[in-house]
Order: sequence, then structure tokens, then C-alpha cells
Amino acid sequence: MAEGAIPILEMKNAGKTYSQNGRAIEALRGASLRVKKSEFVCLIGASGCGKSTLLRMAAGFEAATQGDVLMWGMPITGPGPSRGMVFQDYGLFPWLNVRDNIGFGPKSRGRTRAEIRETTDRFIELVGLQNFADIYPHQLSGGMKQRVAIARVLANDAEIVLMDEPFGALDAMTRERLQDELVEIWSRTGLTVIFVTHSIEEAIFLADRVVVMSPGPGRIDNEYSIDLPRPRDIASPEFNEWRRLLSSQLHSHHGRKAG
Amino acid sequence: MTTLASDSGDGAVAERKASGVATWWPRLRPLLLAAAFPAAMLAIWHFATIGRPGSLIPPPYEVWLELRDLAFGGINDDAYSKTLHIHLLASISRVYGGFALALIVALPLGMLIGRVPLIRQLLDPTIQILRPVPVTAWLPLAMIIFGLGPRSAFFLVFLGAFYPILVNTIFGVRSVEPRLFEAASMLGCSGSAQFFRVVLPAALPSIFTGTRLGLGFAWVVIVVGEMTGVQTGLGAIIMEARQLSRTEIVISGMIVIGAFGFLSDQLVMLIGRRLLAWSPSHG
Ligand SMILES: Nc1ncnc2c1ncn2[C@@H]1O[C@H](COP(=O)(O)OP(=O)(O)OP(=O)(O)O)[C@@H](O)[C@H]1O
Ligand SMILES: [Mg+2]
Repeated sequence: MAEGAIPILEMKNAGKTYSQNGRAIEALRGASLRVKKSEFVCLIGASGCGKSTLLRMAAGFEAATQGDVLMWGMPITGPGPSRGMVFQDYGLFPWLNVRDNIGFGPKSRGRTRAEIRETTDRFIELVGLQNFADIYPHQLSGGMKQRVAIARVLANDAEIVLMDEPFGALDAMTRERLQDELVEIWSRTGLTVIFVTHSIEEAIFLADRVVVMSPGPGRIDNEYSIDLPRPRDIASPEFNEWRRLLSSQLHSHHGRKAG
Repeated sequence: MTTLASDSGDGAVAERKASGVATWWPRLRPLLLAAAFPAAMLAIWHFATIGRPGSLIPPPYEVWLELRDLAFGGINDDAYSKTLHIHLLASISRVYGGFALALIVALPLGMLIGRVPLIRQLLDPTIQILRPVPVTAWLPLAMIIFGLGPRSAFFLVFLGAFYPILVNTIFGVRSVEPRLFEAASMLGCSGSAQFFRVVLPAALPSIFTGTRLGLGFAWVVIVVGEMTGVQTGLGAIIMEARQLSRTEIVISGMIVIGAFGFLSDQLVMLIGRRLLAWSPSHG
């Protein structure tokens, strides 16, 4: 297949400068990144280094002010169902119950009632919310809300799932469970995932490849292919080695600022 | 998931344990508290007015008799006996008519002002200046434009209900979380489709609040509205009875307006709770 040659997502020297009250803020400079289909990429870096900006450009919420952002070699011109975003604050529709939140995408695309029903059933089951299908978001826990947000994107046949610190607001136990489930879903479906996190451990646990970014202006510093076999053991010496390496990578920037 | 399951389990246990006093007291307490203040007022009113024939304020018992006479007749047998239903019906039709018209005009207008910048720039400043003008101040002008009679009354009630609905609708459609537009557009819902699938449902709680306030104001301004020379209506008999120094009729009219205003608000709340079950602050 030609898919092997063309990356599903490619950034060529992409940059973003926001203008706010006449002031220019350079959020991202010269970012180049190639993501292969079914790859799991984690973005990590200090606050303000442009991780969200990069993700939002891939989603089509922000247009690049320099360079190109391509999907299958075609410029991304706006948001679309092929790229689904999972927000840290969930972004669920509060007036729709779990089922209808998940069915929002299929409904937008004019699917029949029966098709929508079939799709929502399947994805409700995938994220284990069978008993909560008729419940509204404000009655759900954070972990359950994030399951709905993930199912909503998957039910819409997204090829790329963009996740911006999706588990950042969750407690440690819920977080670990969702990490496991995400890896499970990802390995079964062949999705492409770009995942922003502040946690080195989370990045090593999840990613095929970790992209380290640094601020002032935001840019991509380095990339590391995590070749650990899955399922990964966070207590293994190899895991710890990665942790040390990435941690020294990240802290070298802080060190420069502090000292 | 486990938290939800265990929560409902605890609730069931607590209910089984509860018995006797514990079950009816929590329900009775708010009723007693709510009744305590009016009862005290009633007592003060009674002792302050009883046995004073010259008093302009009649004692509660006389008001009660008048109220019964207004409703069923057989006590005074004067021009007002057994006329309550006529006045009540007239007022209710003006309140709901004016309110319905306000709804029909204010909802679409509010949505347009909220979502279309051109229309906002065109109309919003004017509305902001007109809004503080009290309904009472419109009375003379209304009577010149619409003439003496029910049309002026209708207009004033409309005006009273109009602004709360308009202002809350504008607020509702303008304060939709930007995140929800992003979510909708990445799920394939973009452009004008977002209006019905995102803006409108998101604005519903505000629109509901405006509607409730609007109906409340329609009841509030009904007396002013019926100062326009109409023959029937609770406001009309209140104004007429004032001139005849029939204070017991004035107070009876006040009580009926209060009661029906309250009932109509309860009805709206009931509808709101069904419609907005999803909203933590309404459901
Ligand atoms: N809409 C915007 N308008 C102006 N400036 C912005 C906007 N969004 C982001 N920025 C700025 O761009 C820079 C990068 O922001 P971005 O949100 O991409 O960083 P981040 O790596 O996601 O940070 P965090 O880890 O805190 O989420 C920051 O300096 C931020 O203040
Ligand atoms: Mg961010």
C-alpha cells in the first residue's frame, strides 16, 4: 500500500504565531513531524512549549502561520471527522446523555436511526458504559466522562485521535485504568494516536515514540522511539532507564533557565 | 462506576432504617416554616384592624367574605358579586396573550442579536436605552397609540414580559462554551447546523430563566396594564375599588393575582424541570 510511504500526518516546518491585542505570540516554530498510521506518539514538554497548539493545528482548529500541516499528503483546512480530539475538560454536550453524545457524530453525518443505534451500542460497550447509557454528563465521574469523549471520537470513525492531557484531571487509579484501556483499544483498532502529557511515565508507558518539546518559542527538540515490548512494566529496569533519560532531557531546559 | 453503584445502595439502606417521625417531619417542616410568617402577619393584621369601623383597612375576615362574594356571590349582592371569573379570565388572557407575543418576538430577536453581529450592532444600543424605561412610563404613550382599552393593556403586559426574555436569550446564545463548537465541528457538525444542535440546546437554561422571569413580570404589570380604561380584569377592579374606597376588594384582587401568579410560575417550573433534566442547576 501507498500508506507506507505517505505519513498519515505530517508537519513540515510548521509554525504558529498568535496575535493578541496587536501583540504577536510565537507559540510554535519550525515543527517537523511525521506520524505513521497506527503509531502512538506522545508529546511532552514544559508548560507553554506549544503542545496544545501543535495538536490544535492537527485538529484543524488553528491554521499554521508558517509551513504545512498535511493529512495523507493533503493540507488540513479545518476540523473534520477524520481527526477527533479528546479534551482535558471533556467537551461533552451536557444536554445529551451518554448514548446521544456518542451518537452525535454519526447523526451529523446523516446515518439512519438503526445505524446510529448499532454504532452507539458498540462503542458504549467498548468503553464499558452499558449501565450508564441514559445518564447525563453532569452525573458521571471524570473517568467516565473521558470514556464517553473517547467513544464519541471513535464512533465517528476518526483515523487520528488527538488527546490533550486527557487524563490530567483524573486520580491516579482511574488514570492507570484508562491508560490500560486506551492501549488495549489502540492495539485492537489500528488507530493513530497523538497524545499530549506532562507525565514522563505516562509517555513511556503509552508511546511508540516520544516527542520532546521545549518552550521559548515552542519547538520540537528530540524524538525517542520507545522499543519496550507491550504490555509494559513500569517497574522494569528498562522502563526506569527511559524515565531517567527523558527526565534529564526535560530538566536540562529548566536547568538552563534556573542557573 | 463503583461510586454510583454504592451511592444508590447507601440510599436504599437509609430509607429502610427511617421510620415514624423521621419520615414525615422533614416534609412537614418546610410547610410549617413557610406558613408561620403569613400566619403571624395575618394575626397582626387582624388585631390591628378589628373593632375599628373607621379604618380604611378592613380586617382579614371581611376580606375573606369579599373574596367569597366575588367568587360565588350570595353575601353582598352588589355589582361585584360573582364576577371574579370574568375578571380573572380577562386578566389571564392578557397575561398569557402578552406573554406569548413577547415570546414570539423576543426569542427570534434575541437569537439574531446574540448570533448576528450586524443585527447586534444595529439594535442592541437602542434596546439598552429603552430597557430601563419602566412600563408605567409607557402608559400614557400606549394609550395615545393604542387607544383606551384592552389593546393598550395587552401592549403593556407584552412590554413587561419582553425584556427579560430578550436579555436572557441574548445572553444564552452568546455564552455558549467555545469548546462545544470545536467538539461539534470535529464531529462533522458545522456551519448553520450548529445553531440547532449546539447553540439552541446550550442556551436553553438561559432562555428558560428569561421565560420564567417574563411570565412573572407579565403578572406584575397586569395592574398597570389594566389602568388603561379597560372594564374587566383584576387590575381594573382594583383601580375601580380604590376610587370607591372598597379596600376589601383591592386586597381580594391582590390575593388572587398573587395566587395565580404563583401557580403559573409553578407550572413553568414543572415544565422546566422536565425540559432541563440534564442541567445540574435545573434538573
Ligand atoms: N489562543 C491563543 N492566543 C494567544 N496566545 C496563545 C493562544 N493559545 C496559546 N497561546 C500561547 O502560546 C504558547 C503555547 O501555548 P500552548 O497552549 O500550545 O502550550 P502547551 O504546551 O499546551 O502548554 P500547557 O502544557 O500549559 O498546556 C503559550 O505561550 C500560550 O500563552
Ligand atoms: Mg496545553
